[in-house]
Amino acid sequence: MAAVTVGISIDVSEKRYAGSRPIIALRSLETRIAPGEFCVVTGPSGCGKTTLLNIVAGLDKDFSGVLGFEPAGGRLPRIGYVFQNPRLLPWRTVRENIALVRPHGHDRLELERLLGEVGLADAADIYPTRLSGGMARRAALARAFAITPDLLLMDEPFVSLDGPAADRLRGLLIRLVTSRPVTALFVTHDLGEAVELADRVLVLSPSPGRIVAEMPIPLPRERRDDGDTLAALQAELARLAGIQPGRSSLRIPSS
Amino acid sequence: MTRFPAAIAERAASLLALLGAWEGAAWFAHSRLFPGPGTVLATLADETINGDLLYHLGATLARVAVAFALAMTIGSAIGIAMARSRALDALLDSWVVLFLNLPALVLAVLLYVWLGLTEAAAIGAVTLSKLPTVVVTLREGARALDADLAAMAKSFRLSAWRTLRHVTLPQLSPFFVIASRTGLALIWKIVLVVELLGRPDGIGYAIQMFFQLFDIKRLIAYSLAFVAVVLVIEWGILQPFERRLTRWRR
Repeated sequence: MAAVTVGISIDVSEKRYAGSRPIIALRSLETRIAPGEFCVVTGPSGCGKTTLLNIVAGLDKDFSGVLGFEPAGGRLPRIGYVFQNPRLLPWRTVRENIALVRPHGHDRLELERLLGEVGLADAADIYPTRLSGGMARRAALARAFAITPDLLLMDEPFVSLDGPAADRLRGLLIRLVTSRPVTALFVTHDLGEAVELADRVLVLSPSPGRIVAEMPIPLPRERRDDGDTLAALQAELARLAGIQPGRSSLRIPSS
Repeated sequence: MTRFPAAIAERAASLLALLGAWEGAAWFAHSRLFPGPGTVLATLADETINGDLLYHLGATLARVAVAFALAMTIGSAIGIAMARSRALDALLDSWVVLFLNLPALVLAVLLYVWLGLTEAAAIGAVTLSKLPTVVVTLREGARALDADLAAMAKSFRLSAWRTLRHVTLPQLSPFFVIASRTGLALIWKIVLVVELLGRPDGIGYAIQMFFQLFDIKRLIAYSLAFVAVVLVIEWGILQPFERRLTRWRR
């Protein structure tokens, strides 16, 4: 089954976590993500970015508002979710982890091709506990692409990797999305990462999260590969997001 | 693995020392009521070939197997259900505590009184004695299930069967192993008591009979046969099964 490019319309009037001290995670968050668009969401810690992904994934249905997919009335979009932790099953090998999410009777050759493409052909038969952080993230990425997703959700998938490893994985992600039609919603703290990947960046406010700035980046990704262009885009995004120049991250230092 | 033969040699030396001490004590006691290992082993062989040992052993093992299977399936179902439902947990928790502390002997006597000296009463008593430990163990396991992996399974829309087989059961398997091991250790002991009280066959019945006849060499021979079977099941089935389940940890 080929992927269809889906659009998403998100209109969350309020998302509240009940409890003795209720927390309002999102409020009046409204946007539309076009079919095939790579949308990056950024914002300070705790502003509800992961909550937003979980709402779009259908994992969290307890919110007031409307979530719609285009084309409307079609089947539910197939969602490939790359979590902040790889969330691989430690008792299954890399290959078994990826094969698990695919429908019965899937094409084995295609699975091997995907393993090769993410650089895990030689690690396919080992258990995830023996993988390095970077390799585990490659496996999580491969799993998300293994279902030929209509929609890709990624929650800081490269966080806690060292710089060069994160660079290689971003390169891999760009190759994967360029060769397949897919709509993506990508969450990150890292403004550099945001401007390298995005067709459009959304900046959320501190909790309760809503969109405070939006920056479309029409420049094709392959023409952003020099440092000056990226630095200029990043400075522009930092200005829009209202943070001091020179800082590359929206992460609020822990006090 | 290079130390494996050395470990076997140590174990063999330890067993030989035990046999030597036994033989020495028997020689010293010099009584029909304290047979040495030679006499007992000869009796064991004789009873296996000409006597009823295999018949009684089979009866006991069949009871163990049925009671074990019943306790594991019913106990797991109740334990997992209690982990998932607060209401059920609140209702059943004190029942479990009561049954955990009820001596197996009391259960056996009561069931024999109520159901007569029947097979159902015997197996029921063994099952009920073992059930609460399975419930408690599997409830712990089901409470510790990883919510992140469950969310992963849900977002990739894994079928209920795939989620159970690949996500849920592997997380519960260490708890199944613990429940099996502690459970078997318990059942081995209870089943003999239950047989002694009210069954016409089984190792427990044979021990009771030999006790009344003061036939100590047969009593020890039957007990040893039973212990040997327990060890074979422990080393031959449970431990390899456990290694298989924990393969991915290495």
